[in-house]
Amino acid sequence: MKRFLKKSYLTLILLFLYLPIAVLIFQSFNAGKSRAKWEGFSLRWYQALFQDEAIMKALYITIAVAIIAAIAATILGTLAAIGIYAMKKRSQATMMTLTNIPMTMPDIVTGISLMVLFTFSRIERGFVTMLFAHITFNTPYVILSVLPKLKQMNKHTYEAAVDLGATPTYALFHVILPEIREGVITGALLAFTLSLDDFIISYFTTSPMVQNLSTLIYSKARIGIEPTLNALSALMFLSLLFLLGIINRRTSRNVKKA
Amino acid sequence: MNQSLKLPSWSMWAIGFAAILFLIMCVITIRRNHGVKRSFFAMPYTLWMFIFTIVPIVLIGWYAFTDSATGTFTLNNFINFWDSNYTVNKMYEQMGPEYAVLITRGTVNIDILVYSLWMALGCTVICLLLGYPAALFMADKDIKLGSTIIVLFIIPMWMNFLLRTIAWMSLLEDQGLINSMLRFFGMDGVKLMYNDGAVLLGMVYNFLPFMVFPIYTTLNKMDGKLMEAAQDLGCNEIRTFLKVTLPLSLPGVISGITMVFMPSVTTFFISRILGGGHTMMFGDLIESMFLSANDWGVGSALSLVMMLLILISLGILRKADPEGEGGSIA
Repeated sequence: MKRFLKKSYLTLILLFLYLPIAVLIFQSFNAGKSRAKWEGFSLRWYQALFQDEAIMKALYITIAVAIIAAIAATILGTLAAIGIYAMKKRSQATMMTLTNIPMTMPDIVTGISLMVLFTFSRIERGFVTMLFAHITFNTPYVILSVLPKLKQMNKHTYEAAVDLGATPTYALFHVILPEIREGVITGALLAFTLSLDDFIISYFTTSPMVQNLSTLIYSKARIGIEPTLNALSALMFLSLLFLLGIINRRTSRNVKKA
Repeated sequence: MNQSLKLPSWSMWAIGFAAILFLIMCVITIRRNHGVKRSFFAMPYTLWMFIFTIVPIVLIGWYAFTDSATGTFTLNNFINFWDSNYTVNKMYEQMGPEYAVLITRGTVNIDILVYSLWMALGCTVICLLLGYPAALFMADKDIKLGSTIIVLFIIPMWMNFLLRTIAWMSLLEDQGLINSMLRFFGMDGVKLMYNDGAVLLGMVYNFLPFMVFPIYTTLNKMDGKLMEAAQDLGCNEIRTFLKVTLPLSLPGVISGITMVFMPSVTTFFISRILGGGHTMMFGDLIESMFLSANDWGVGSALSLVMMLLILISLGILRKADPEGEGGSIA
């Protein structure tokens, strides 16, 4: 009985979390425009979605920013993690504080401070500024997923490789990198997903001419929800589910290995 | 500050040049990995963070403490924050003593701050009341839910938060699902949108998982034998919970409270969509100062106040949970 009560409480909470999403996905198949009435199954909003040029352009920008930002953040973050790991305790702590600043700062302050920076240096906001902002908030997450892998690594393998005649560059790519590969890939995926999902920071660092999906949804939502947005949400939800599935499989594998 | 500045042609070149320089730096650090110390690998990152994190914060501080017209040091932006009629009042003062009666303190900003704090507090309390039992049952070894249930909690969080909030709109609207159902059963429709309750609901919906995870983590790490011992020593279930489980899970609770409270204070958009724009939160205020009112000084002052709030709550967290045992979802 008690077990049943506990389980039903959890089910209720989950229902609360999933209800709006389920309704959205359900409505994306509704033939009619009205949200209250079910007028039969149709894929017309999906069709309209793919014919909507603004949405398609925003999708392209979102994915481009996410991919470039994830790659840049991964390179930057992995190098930084290797560097931080080799540092002395004191400077290590300073670097970790530097890494934690953007993670604890509210998104709105990060976004606004970057906007101030770009306007101050007379750089017009657009694709490049949004990309730079995304790299900035992504990199700390990469560092935090790579560092634990470095700590697990045997310190002496690198030295052994160099002693045995490997050049440091060779050792870096063939000894260190394979050891921390899991962390690097997890970090890259995390960066990619965070970048896809971001709204607040993009909102302040891009111009109305260059919109990603989030800022486009925001400007559309102010006018009223269109059923195409439902279709878009359903697709985004499914693709994120897919990505999360991959990340989750990776991390659980990591946990098992560790 | 002229915001409509067009991109000068040299800045594109500057960015391109900087990017190439940056790449070369990365390559050199890797190549010279033999000669230089390994810690130099963090150089590109340090430089990047300096430009895109430290410099912007310094700029915000600079705008907050200078006069936008003259560029001299001033505390007017903070006074303006405290008294939103400050600029008008100054005008009345200069116009002569007969206008002195018109001077009133504007409390708009303070009202919004208090309202935000109040809403954030409400959201935190509701999240705690809903989330603690959820975390407790999730960690319950009797039910054996394993890690699947955590994944189930994470999944909705990965949906774009704008879309999640908009989804509530289609449930709460006058023509939405809930009202349609009520009408179907012959009841009158209820006005569910555009009030504080709707905003609170949206906030709880968005931030509930942030409360559940840290509590779950601490509860899950807890040694189950402690509870058994308490019961063997004669505690009933409620006493075991109050004397053993609850105190031991406090780090998680505090971590959860901070993780819900911080984004709740700074949230914007939720109030605009579900509150219909007639209620304003602190985040909305900052945004409007920068984007509509174009008052960067006051906007920066507000941002500093917000950062201070965050630092205070983080300080409380550190003090209560020095080892970071509560963990986080990140």
